[in-house]
Amino acid sequence: MDFLKKKILELRPDFEKGGKYAQFHTLFDGFATFLFTPDRVSTGGTHIKAGIDLKRTMFFVILAMVPSLLFGIFNVGHQHFLALGEFVGSPMVGFWDKVLYGAIKVLPIVVVSYTVGLGIEFFVASKKGHAINEGFLVSGMLIPLVLPPDIPLWMVGLATAFAVVFAKEVFGGTGMNVLNVALTARVFLFFAYPTFMSGDQVWISEKPDVYSGATALANAAATGSPFKISADQTWNYSLQDMVVGLIPGSIGETSKIAILLGAAFLILTGIGSGVIMLSVVLGALLMGLIFNGIGLTPFMNMPYYLHLAMGGLLFGAVFMATDPVTAAHTGTGKWIYGLLVGMMAVMIRVFNPAYPEGIMLAILFGNVMAPLIDYYVVQANIARRNKRLAGRGALA
Amino acid sequence: MSEVLVQPPAEKKSLLGKKERKLLTDPLSDNNPVTIQVLGICSSLAVTTQMKPTMVMAISVTAVVALSNFVISLMRNAIPPRIRIIVQLTVVSVLVILVDQVLKAYMYDVSKQLSVFVGLIITNCIVMGRLEAYAMGNKPYPSLLDGLGNGFGYGVVILTVAFVRELLGSGKVFGFKVIPDALYEAGYVNNGLMMIPAGALFVVACYIWIQRSFAKHLEEKE
Repeated sequence: MDFLKKKILELRPDFEKGGKYAQFHTLFDGFATFLFTPDRVSTGGTHIKAGIDLKRTMFFVILAMVPSLLFGIFNVGHQHFLALGEFVGSPMVGFWDKVLYGAIKVLPIVVVSYTVGLGIEFFVASKKGHAINEGFLVSGMLIPLVLPPDIPLWMVGLATAFAVVFAKEVFGGTGMNVLNVALTARVFLFFAYPTFMSGDQVWISEKPDVYSGATALANAAATGSPFKISADQTWNYSLQDMVVGLIPGSIGETSKIAILLGAAFLILTGIGSGVIMLSVVLGALLMGLIFNGIGLTPFMNMPYYLHLAMGGLLFGAVFMATDPVTAAHTGTGKWIYGLLVGMMAVMIRVFNPAYPEGIMLAILFGNVMAPLIDYYVVQANIARRNKRLAGRGALA
Repeated sequence: MSEVLVQPPAEKKSLLGKKERKLLTDPLSDNNPVTIQVLGICSSLAVTTQMKPTMVMAISVTAVVALSNFVISLMRNAIPPRIRIIVQLTVVSVLVILVDQVLKAYMYDVSKQLSVFVGLIITNCIVMGRLEAYAMGNKPYPSLLDGLGNGFGYGVVILTVAFVRELLGSGKVFGFKVIPDALYEAGYVNNGLMMIPAGALFVVACYIWIQRSFAKHLEEKE
């Protein structure tokens, strides 16, 4: 590390204004501050709430996603070999083969997502003379985790480019976006290439054609239980498999345990909002309970808590609904936002057969509503305080 | 005594002078009804999945705008201001019904495809906008040109949008396949987003973006 630090300090004058490589200043600065906390500090009236800067914050979020990523890599291989009828038995049989297969499938998606996203980020930053925005460090990891393992790489690149340009740069870069960038990439793929993304058929990497099956969500929509197997289906889900994550699905969403690990890390470090995570989950449970009460279709009658075990609801609640830029900011607002997202997600699942999973659209809906929620929370607070003042006669 | 028929001196103004040309060309770029005035967005989202119906739509709108501009301009001094909107609407609806009937008679398939959107030309803000902004205060001939120009401006935008949408959404241009099969075999897939109206919004947005990055003078001064 010392060597790197010395080298950076040595090279820095060349990249400053008037130096040999001044036009690459943005690039150099981006890397240097990625490795070391910068020595520049703000002067004047700044408000310091935490001692870590944005790059460090982003890095913590990536750490929180590592369990999901690692499990996802293993699971992609596991599902693949299971579908081929190899390594049957305990999931641990053929562990390294599965990991290797999964890594070959998943890592290119990660690489493409980062290359395209950071490429655009660097380009825009040096064109505008900004510092490089750190925001993409997290989005670049989230994008692969919410995609199916067999997605063609060019689609990943296209979706990433679309999301970075239209969801972020157009609005002014990191911290200014209205919509969650990773979800924008996913929603683009969902509408542009529905055959790859619709999610009513299982996502198993390179599965044999004879091997067909509905996802847990599609099962639940059809029969009211995620576990049941129809006659033409070669797959069954147990609750244990769904919680551990040994089911087909998007790369990072299947293991609820890995997601909860990440959630615990985010809450402990104070980076992710526990309130939002909790309220999304509560919202989903509440809506599930309401549907249990109505009970018109088999799906409505499904035990409400099973909603948490299926699909990407939990992943969305922990990693995407909590995005500090696009979520509500006020305390009360976070509760309203979370409940809205959770209820919406279950509602879409139950009511709209075209969208088997609702959390993606629910979070985007919540993103759009968040500023409005915040506005009314603030207005209500102002009104309440005015009333209190008037009660004391202070305004008289 | 025989009267000599003297030809009145030829008008100095040519039929397509500088001013007239400006009437025609301004709406194509600097004063485009769709991208600058942001009128007629609905129909440019609704009818632009394929180029052929879009072409018909562009011609229909041009015909309606130009003719209604012309007719209203002829009547402009006779229209009482308080009921002018109703008079304008009557003229426009007559023209729209005419266009609709012509399409039904000669291009039934396309007319089917465009369905209500031909009838909805009457609600296209470009038509009423030009009547109010230009035809009510100008002579018939310039009004006709203004209508043509705005119709062309609208047509240029929706045809561009339709070109992009049809190319990316179904791999065709005017119904002919242009993306080679080899590309599909290599894994290329048509973009479904372009087939839904939301996709058109992005294309229109890109059009405006590109146009404004070339024409800096259109940017509002800060």
